[in-house]
Amino acid sequence: MATAAAHADHAAHPHGWRRYLYSTNHKDIGTLYLIFAIFAGVVGGCLSVGMRMELQEPGMQIFANAQMFNVFVTAHGLIMVFFMIMPALIGGFGNWFVPIMIGAPDMAFPRMNNISFWLTVTGFALLFTSLFVEGAPGSNGFGGGWTAYAPLSTIGHPGPAMDFAILALHTAGAASILGAINFITTIFNMRAPGMTLHKMPLFVWSVLVTAFLLLLSLPVLAGAITMLLTDRNFGTTFFDPAGGGDPILFQHLFWFFGHPEVYILILPAFGVISHIVATFSRKPVFGYLGMAYAMVAIGVVGFIVWAHHMYTVGLDVDTQAYFVFATMVIAVPTGVKIFSWIATMWGGSIEFKTPMVWAIGFIFLFTVGGVTGVQLANAGLDRILHDTYYVVAHFHYTMSLGATFGIFAAWYYWFPKMTGYRYSEFIGKLHFWVTFIGVNMVFFPQHWLGAEYSMPRRYADYPDFMATLNYWSSIGSYVSALGVVIFLVGVFHAFARKEKAGDNPWGVGATTLEWTLSSPPPFHQFETLPHIK
Amino acid sequence: MRKETRFAQRVAATGAALFASAPAFAEGAGETWFSGARHPASQMMHNILWFENYTLWYIVPITLFVLALLVWCVVRFNARANPVPSRTSHHTLIEVAWTVVPIIILLFMALPSFRLLYEQLEIPEADLTIKATGYQWYWGYEYPDNGGISFDAVMLGDDERTPDQPRLLAVDNEVVVPLGKVVRVQVTAADVLHSFALPSFGVKIDAVPGRLNETWFKAEREGLFYGQCSELCGINHAFMPIAIRVVSEEAFGKWAEMAKTDLGAATRMLQALREQPADPIALAQR
Repeated sequence: MATAAAHADHAAHPHGWRRYLYSTNHKDIGTLYLIFAIFAGVVGGCLSVGMRMELQEPGMQIFANAQMFNVFVTAHGLIMVFFMIMPALIGGFGNWFVPIMIGAPDMAFPRMNNISFWLTVTGFALLFTSLFVEGAPGSNGFGGGWTAYAPLSTIGHPGPAMDFAILALHTAGAASILGAINFITTIFNMRAPGMTLHKMPLFVWSVLVTAFLLLLSLPVLAGAITMLLTDRNFGTTFFDPAGGGDPILFQHLFWFFGHPEVYILILPAFGVISHIVATFSRKPVFGYLGMAYAMVAIGVVGFIVWAHHMYTVGLDVDTQAYFVFATMVIAVPTGVKIFSWIATMWGGSIEFKTPMVWAIGFIFLFTVGGVTGVQLANAGLDRILHDTYYVVAHFHYTMSLGATFGIFAAWYYWFPKMTGYRYSEFIGKLHFWVTFIGVNMVFFPQHWLGAEYSMPRRYADYPDFMATLNYWSSIGSYVSALGVVIFLVGVFHAFARKEKAGDNPWGVGATTLEWTLSSPPPFHQFETLPHIK
Repeated sequence: MRKETRFAQRVAATGAALFASAPAFAEGAGETWFSGARHPASQMMHNILWFENYTLWYIVPITLFVLALLVWCVVRFNARANPVPSRTSHHTLIEVAWTVVPIIILLFMALPSFRLLYEQLEIPEADLTIKATGYQWYWGYEYPDNGGISFDAVMLGDDERTPDQPRLLAVDNEVVVPLGKVVRVQVTAADVLHSFALPSFGVKIDAVPGRLNETWFKAEREGLFYGQCSELCGINHAFMPIAIRVVSEEAFGKWAEMAKTDLGAATRMLQALREQPADPIALAQR
């Protein structure tokens, strides 16, 4: 009897602030991650609007000096990568739906899950603090780009801002490594009876591959930034040629992490898109195994292409030729995914609910970002495009228009499940169209700025002949900001209206386990494990 | 009324920015100068632009093909047009096809790509060597083959420029090189990373402390060419341009001789040559 009472107590979960601060429940932690990602996304978005306001006209408009602009560029990149996309897709939707989709009651290490989240918040606090302490002499914050290339990040920023940024990355990195261990353990050991690897939903596959990428790449980043830290504070010379070090070594280490990192950002979005396309086409995913192993292939090859970020550093010609070849290989599994999504839609009976509209937008825009990536893979062509706005346009088509569209698609897809409420289809679609027009206005002209005008990136001011396209790009960023406001209004509206969603609002196409539960799911799901046929 | 006119101007300017091939922006009030990839001035840059266009012939149709398939799905397979979904989830032949066809396309792209890459990085025998050193925030230049000419090039501020010099690009001392000669550029940095970029010649190479990088170009037309630092280097990253003046071999010889002792005089001599090109005796001899 005593144990039964204790068990009942356990089910009667803590309330108020204790429920969240002390949470060991994967759904509560997922919710925390999502709220945090929205907050960080708004901060990072404000920084980008500040950058575009500066670049709207030639000359200096809103920043006191170009260093402050560089600080905005740096913080925008770091916040969007580490504190918006990763927490949203992996911490948020990963935590919420990986256990449910494999029929598990929770994550394997619930307490570790809690520390992962709070370390992420701590990392953000450290990064935010770094904006307000001295970096380069006479100015606050670190302005060396998210890549933090030495020696600008060592002798170029003697103040403590860079040390804060390093510790922020360490903390966020540790959080992600713990999260990755948690996901791998959960997925390998806690699948419900009958849920073999080859029956696992593609979102779970995507998080599994992502978790391995995190686990293998983040320690390399941690090593690189620790070497930066000791170069800065303890007199080592890993990256200082005066002591036998090499600034290029930092770039190799950084990109050995950095390239897998961009796949860490996009792979979970791939997983989400597969579910949404299948659900709203009312068809099973086309070429399931090909889709799963395409992600594995992207993950593996992603580790051996890093120096395509470094074609201009003076690499040997044969080295460059190798990286050209290896990078082009990635286009093949990525093409498999694009065509499989279209084949899933082919012959389907498609309903254009908001998540599906975002998913179709994702497929097209990611294709645009993908094909420019194939161009940039060619070292001979990258010679003139490297470090120009062409690269900025390319990676924002994959990240800002790819990963972020994936996040919004997932948000509208799972919002009824997570909250139990329906969102407004009108506001959701308005959000889509305003964002679609806005982000394309921001980034499409940037292809020309890079390829035709050779406008270098990370410039606070530019020669007058580059003005026209910069102007439209800036207007686009205000339209995109309006999109974010519409998104927030939509969330508020759904919670105010409280229209019940039902267990499965999407009908027969939604076949994964989360749709068998109530909306929102019970505090502990699957007290009796489901059997997968 | 005024607003409408400004809007119309904006639209016209955008059209020109996107599609016009005329070097409208390169015309200063007086002197013509070149900046950006639209003004190729070496065979290498022509080759790069050819390859860029070549890749566009693949990627634009591929993107439009994907778009067309998506539109077709939206039109043909929406719930109203196709109420009963098929249950197809495999088709081995098509899956093999969309793996193999991209591989073939990539091979077609890779072959000219490798040729271009090896052309760029196999440096031909040089007629002239220039050493460029990146500093926070200006460039230093040396001519080791020409009696050790050496000078710094600092961007001109708003009050230092003449009306026909472009903002953020004009510098106090331009690099002078001869037409049609292979110029080897050795690039290094003294403090943090910089990058030596000259879009018109298809050149970009990082300036790295402790390392001497090499690149080359062979100018095929005279003129004044601008590039900009292309690796984030701190507060004045946007304000350390690269300016190269290509002159005839003869003028270069004169300039190099004078610049050994008096750089200012050499610069004035070049300017005088530009302002009085119509030497009646030389014209008569043509």
